[in-house]
Amino acid sequence: MSAVLLVLSAFLASAVEMVEALTIVLASGLTRGWRSSLTGVAAATLALAVVVAALGPALTLVPLNALRLVVGALLLVFGLQWLRKAILRTSGFKALHDEDAIFAQELREAQTAPREERAGLDWYGFTLSFKGVFLEGLEVAFIVLTFGSTQGSIPLAAAGAAVAVVLVALVGVLARAPLARVPENTMKFAVGIMLTTFGIFWSAEGAGAHWPGGDVAILGVLAFVVLWSATLVALLRARRARVVPA
Amino acid sequence: MSHVIAFGRFWWDFIVGDDWSAAAGVALALGVTAALATWWILPPAVALVLAGSLYRATTLS
Repeated sequence: MSAVLLVLSAFLASAVEMVEALTIVLASGLTRGWRSSLTGVAAATLALAVVVAALGPALTLVPLNALRLVVGALLLVFGLQWLRKAILRTSGFKALHDEDAIFAQELREAQTAPREERAGLDWYGFTLSFKGVFLEGLEVAFIVLTFGSTQGSIPLAAAGAAVAVVLVALVGVLARAPLARVPENTMKFAVGIMLTTFGIFWSAEGAGAHWPGGDVAILGVLAFVVLWSATLVALLRARRARVVPA
Repeated sequence: MSHVIAFGRFWWDFIVGDDWSAAAGVALALGVTAALATWWILPPAVALVLAGSLYRATTLS
């Protein structure tokens, strides 16, 4: 069960981040040229692979309980960030993520930026793509490493993430447009719930607690996080309706 | 030195984000969990931390 949740979490997190990276790469490629943009993508992918390759084996050397405490705590803090933003978006306190609007803004900025050649590349196009892919990919790398190491299977988590990368890249090449129809906000909500759930479970185990029922307790924690998030969304919606009447 | 500060700030923003008190709440709850070696502290503590963080975000916005 936790292996399924592990792959699903890595897949969802990777898909949602890659949709965002695709928007930036498309804007860069269409306005600044594909050579510089794709070189930026390749360089960022390489940098991410180095991060995972360097940290992955190192994490497997840390004792499991210490790893679960530290990684679980990091995952929990990180997951609460995702969940907080997702709840604010769903309840109307924060604007929904709109890939079309972001794409239009990236296009405007890329069109007006001055041209500067470095190493035969348009530097703006290269750095825009590099930063887009690296920063979005870093969140995926973080999730793959933390999920994978605490569950004892970095390759499984990496496989879930890789499938999402390939899928988003394929659809992006075919569509040649930002993937605005992907239910990005719902996916972000799901990822926030998964990260928080695993964060609670692992950090408590790492701190010396024993969950009733062992690994099955993850489902109980998941149900608790889902119900509490739904309650908070309902409360915030009601509050917003009082503050901003329709 | 400024690179070290920028590097540290990047990781702080990346992991902790814009509400450090949520991270502090999680650290406190984990400390209590470790002291008592019991599982039931953390879920309600995280629920409270999240509610508090959302309250602050919506009150300030």
